[in-house]
Amino acid sequence: MTAAALWRRIRPALMVLLALAILAVLWELYKWLMPDDGVRIGDTLVLPRSDDASMPHLWDIVSEFGEHEVGDSGQTVGVSVIDAVWYSLRLAAAGFLVGVVVGLLLALAMERVRIVRRALLPYIVLSQTVPLIALAPLVFAWGGNLHLFGLEWRPWMSVSVIAAYLAFFPVAIGALRGLASPTPVQAELLSSLAASWWQTLVRLKLPASVRYLIPALKLAAAAAVIGAIVAEISTGLRGGIGRLIISYAQLATGDPARVYAPILGAAVMGLIAVGLISLLEIGLRRYTPEGTTA
Amino acid sequence: MSDAVVIAGVGKTFATDKTEVEALTGIDLTVGPGEFVSLIGPSGCGKSTLLRIIADLLAPTTGTVTVNGKSPRQARDDQDYGFAFQQAGLLEWRTVEGNVELPMALGGMDKGARRTRARELLELVGLGDFAGHRPSQLSGGMQQRVAIARALARRPALLLMDEPFGALDEMTRERMQAELLRICGETGAAVVFVTHSIPEAVFLSHRVVVMSPRPGRITEIVDVPLGTRDDDVRESEPFFQAITEVREALRGRKHR
Repeated sequence: MTAAALWRRIRPALMVLLALAILAVLWELYKWLMPDDGVRIGDTLVLPRSDDASMPHLWDIVSEFGEHEVGDSGQTVGVSVIDAVWYSLRLAAAGFLVGVVVGLLLALAMERVRIVRRALLPYIVLSQTVPLIALAPLVFAWGGNLHLFGLEWRPWMSVSVIAAYLAFFPVAIGALRGLASPTPVQAELLSSLAASWWQTLVRLKLPASVRYLIPALKLAAAAAVIGAIVAEISTGLRGGIGRLIISYAQLATGDPARVYAPILGAAVMGLIAVGLISLLEIGLRRYTPEGTTA
Repeated sequence: MSDAVVIAGVGKTFATDKTEVEALTGIDLTVGPGEFVSLIGPSGCGKSTLLRIIADLLAPTTGTVTVNGKSPRQARDDQDYGFAFQQAGLLEWRTVEGNVELPMALGGMDKGARRTRARELLELVGLGDFAGHRPSQLSGGMQQRVAIARALARRPALLLMDEPFGALDEMTRERMQAELLRICGETGAAVVFVTHSIPEAVFLSHRVVVMSPRPGRITEIVDVPLGTRDDDVRESEPFFQAITEVREALRGRKHR
């Protein structure tokens, strides 16, 4: 890879950092320039308050990570957030993997049999219009009654199922496009070479799909993270970042900066998830000629 | 040695929801071992369809085809033919060498033998120095040569070519024609070659099969009695005579 090509790969990551820096500057600028009580027209608040209770200084939020959760001893907020991120990230990862497998299998079935595609595709799209908040408690309740093949259902599995439910969708749609992307000549070529269905899949359709799958996997990774957090909140599962957001929010009046600590943790979780997919993209770069990623 | 291709009474009808289109009717043609035969005719005369029937990419509606004394299906499974398309159809994530190796990889040949054979073929088509390149780094003519090398990979007794030089400029085209004849001389493969170009058909072929549309059929078969084909042939009297003969056959005028 040449220096220029390397730069083109790294640049998106640098752009993310730059965007974060700009956001931080805007936050502090707003706090500095705007009145503490916000801006009102009549009785209506048109710009939010910028006092320390509403918008703590960034350095207060950062220093919060070093504070102890309770009193002057015990676990610090930082450790709690890291523990929670690690816990939620694993649930999201499990959901992501299940979602990817399900999405790929659905795409393969739809690509292979036209009638399956016509029958399935509307439901796949429909599945994403059901509000997650409504779905999460249902999955949680069903899970409680499940005893599959001697496997005891655990609450965290419900959270992963919900993450998978969000993650499979972009994968199914992206893979379906990718599997159909080889040119007619390439398809005829494999046929003239007496390639089996499996050989055609492995040698032609999957490699041709990579440039559609990479963006789909990024969407799926972000969706799995969101799904896991929302599911934790709406099922009340302990141990993850979702629960931490709720329990710190209850302290908002006493310690406003603490509310933002798990939110930052959640954002970092999303960045880690998408970053891992970017590593995968670098590993698969020979299947994604520059500028062709869909 | 059995004939490369024997076509007897082949017809092909494409049925859509409302209409039926007769693409080919009453085709009889035999291609001998090592013989070079061109199919020429206006668009819609079914020449590409005929090529795909020989290759078992399409099934004939009527009639029978044998390739190397076998059914087309068997010949395809045995890789008795190599197919070169109008577009090179290279897989852009594979190197030039990887593309040439593809038919052998599908056939289960081991890595070492594959590589040796691919190098040999790339030398044959004059691309020995480009084994590690990506298809996108090659010109159109070079890509087409890779496609020809790939078609030759499993030492087929028959090459099926669908306007392989159609997208090339005239200079490259003439050079590729000479290369193709040299390669055929070295491999002894029979060729069925679809083209729109009369000079190309005449320069390359032992026989030119002239077809006409609606329904697609063979109207005349022109023998081309040229000796050694080199660049001088292109300016010789028999070459021009053969061109005239094919042209008049295409116009539907009998010239003898």
